[in-house]
Amino acid sequence: MHTSFSLGTIDWTIILIYFIFVLGIGWALKRYMKDSTAFLEAGRSLPAWVTGLAFISANLGAIEMIGMAASGAKYGMMTIHFYWIGAIPAMIFLAIFMMPFYYGSKARSVPEYLKLRFDEKTRGFNAFAFAIMTVFSSGISMYALALLAQVIMPLQIDWNIMGIHIGEFDFYLMVSAVIVLVYMVLGGLTSAIYNEVLQFFLIVIGFAPLVFIGLKDIGGWEGIKANLPENMMHSWKFTGSADANPLGVEWFGVAMGLGFVLSFGYWCTNFLVVQRAMAAGSMSAARKTPLIGAIPKMFLPALVVIPGMIALALSNIGELDIPLKAGTDIKDFDKVIPVLLMRYMPMGVLGLGITALMASFMSGMAGNVSAFNTVFTYDIYQSYIRPKKSDKHYLKVGKWTTVVGVLASIMTAYVARSFNNVMDFLQLIFAFVNAPLFAAFLLGMFWKRTTGHAAFWGLIGGTISAAVHHGFSLPVGGSIGIKGGFFGLVHTYPSEMAQNFWTAIYAFSTALILTFVITLLTKKLKTDDDLKGLVYSLTPRIKDDSKYWYQKPGVLAVIIGAMAIVLSIIFW
Amino acid sequence: MGLDIKIPIGLMFSIFGLILTILGLVTSGDSAMYEQSLGYNINLLSGVIMLLFGGFMLFTSSLFKKKKSEE
Repeated sequence: MHTSFSLGTIDWTIILIYFIFVLGIGWALKRYMKDSTAFLEAGRSLPAWVTGLAFISANLGAIEMIGMAASGAKYGMMTIHFYWIGAIPAMIFLAIFMMPFYYGSKARSVPEYLKLRFDEKTRGFNAFAFAIMTVFSSGISMYALALLAQVIMPLQIDWNIMGIHIGEFDFYLMVSAVIVLVYMVLGGLTSAIYNEVLQFFLIVIGFAPLVFIGLKDIGGWEGIKANLPENMMHSWKFTGSADANPLGVEWFGVAMGLGFVLSFGYWCTNFLVVQRAMAAGSMSAARKTPLIGAIPKMFLPALVVIPGMIALALSNIGELDIPLKAGTDIKDFDKVIPVLLMRYMPMGVLGLGITALMASFMSGMAGNVSAFNTVFTYDIYQSYIRPKKSDKHYLKVGKWTTVVGVLASIMTAYVARSFNNVMDFLQLIFAFVNAPLFAAFLLGMFWKRTTGHAAFWGLIGGTISAAVHHGFSLPVGGSIGIKGGFFGLVHTYPSEMAQNFWTAIYAFSTALILTFVITLLTKKLKTDDDLKGLVYSLTPRIKDDSKYWYQKPGVLAVIIGAMAIVLSIIFW
Repeated sequence: MGLDIKIPIGLMFSIFGLILTILGLVTSGDSAMYEQSLGYNINLLSGVIMLLFGGFMLFTSSLFKKKKSEE
């Protein structure tokens, strides 16, 4: 078994052509970047299909392609929960109930909505937390790309530049950073979104041959079924108790922790994805963005989860060697995609597959940098550092923020190098910061009484309770440290996923209760007039201007919801 | 934004499609090369699909529409 790939000239040509197009899109957009709205909000002018595909593609970073294929090998069909119950209901909710406030309020970012709805400190807290999170996510994508690139494209780099040793990892990190930096500085958010659409098609078309050949080899769905334990072949059937399924979570934890708190916390309040919808050209297009994104989201498991399951099934019958984690006898499932590429793809489609993989990392990187740009420029710089400057000034700051964002990502990429399980680490951050956030939005959008003080202290309390819960619990076999237990051990969960889901549930509940109680104890400072367009009961119902009935967001939402239910029943 | 994203998408996939289709045709007798893809000429297959997709994107882009309105 080879430990590295041998790429032909054609493979390198394909990779090179892709980079030319990525940079070319940025270059072609340069002349439209005349003001900060064009650079940081894509001029609010994009059609729904573009923002819809970017909505999904921005999320198709390192977590998706590597992490979800690994999850497919670890949890089998249980991984599907991250795509169906863990995404579709939240996307529908965002489209139908939340987009009217985000888009209609003319807020330029999620933190800015929080300022309009609540107060300055709530915005500040969210803006800083979000800025840190995006830099981390971007850095993790960058790290994963460099790590993978050095395995699949070995170049024997061993340079010494002014006393600093540059190996392959460093080389690929710098190359990817420079490419993202160039197309982001040239074309801003539009460049990120356009490239995400390009990346989306590349990922689908680049991975389809791998899944096709892999399925042929194992003997189709029946072949996977014959070689995997039964509890990996169902999504809900074995969730009666946590011990019966590989995920180690029972149905309530899945539905409440993943399906409600984590999912709504991510899809409805994370500016990375919401920003794509806010860049749409009209209210109708903005509301359709998450709905259009939901359709490919539903079917992505076929490209991402199934390869993981194929790899495990092949490995179970001794047909495939999955490399072990360095120094252990644990299989390194993060390598299943490269291992399968290496096995099935001849020169030509191999280059295509590698390009698709790199595209997914770059979209993860660029997506986070673009969200960081907007939040830093508008919510941190314009609000706290230099308010009331000319728009030209903020355009310049936006461009420089891109440089700073990429540099900070490079730093976090080296930080991420010291953590092994990228996916679980990301989940942990999302649980701490995002879970309480949805409580503030839920109360804020649907209860006009909710006050700014209440939302702020609810967020702080929720984040603290997440840390406290994590500090007092451990997954089975976990050691004290990043896995939890640093305050002492009170409860042991059957798996890390279970612990993460319950951390989110506790954080959300604490934030909800705190916000509710403090609202009743504090004075309402905003008048009903201030809250017009920000709160459900004070906002006139919007009339959708779609031409045909089947293009209306409500109708689309029902169709998508029904599709997700049918799929869940088929793979019960 | 002034740039129609369908144009670069269409162009890139047409180029990729062309490269893989030609590669697939040239190597069509090479059974050793396609042993790892279980005998399927996966380059030709992917190439043709990408050519069709790239062509469709270009055909529906503003490039084509503009020409039509000018005539």
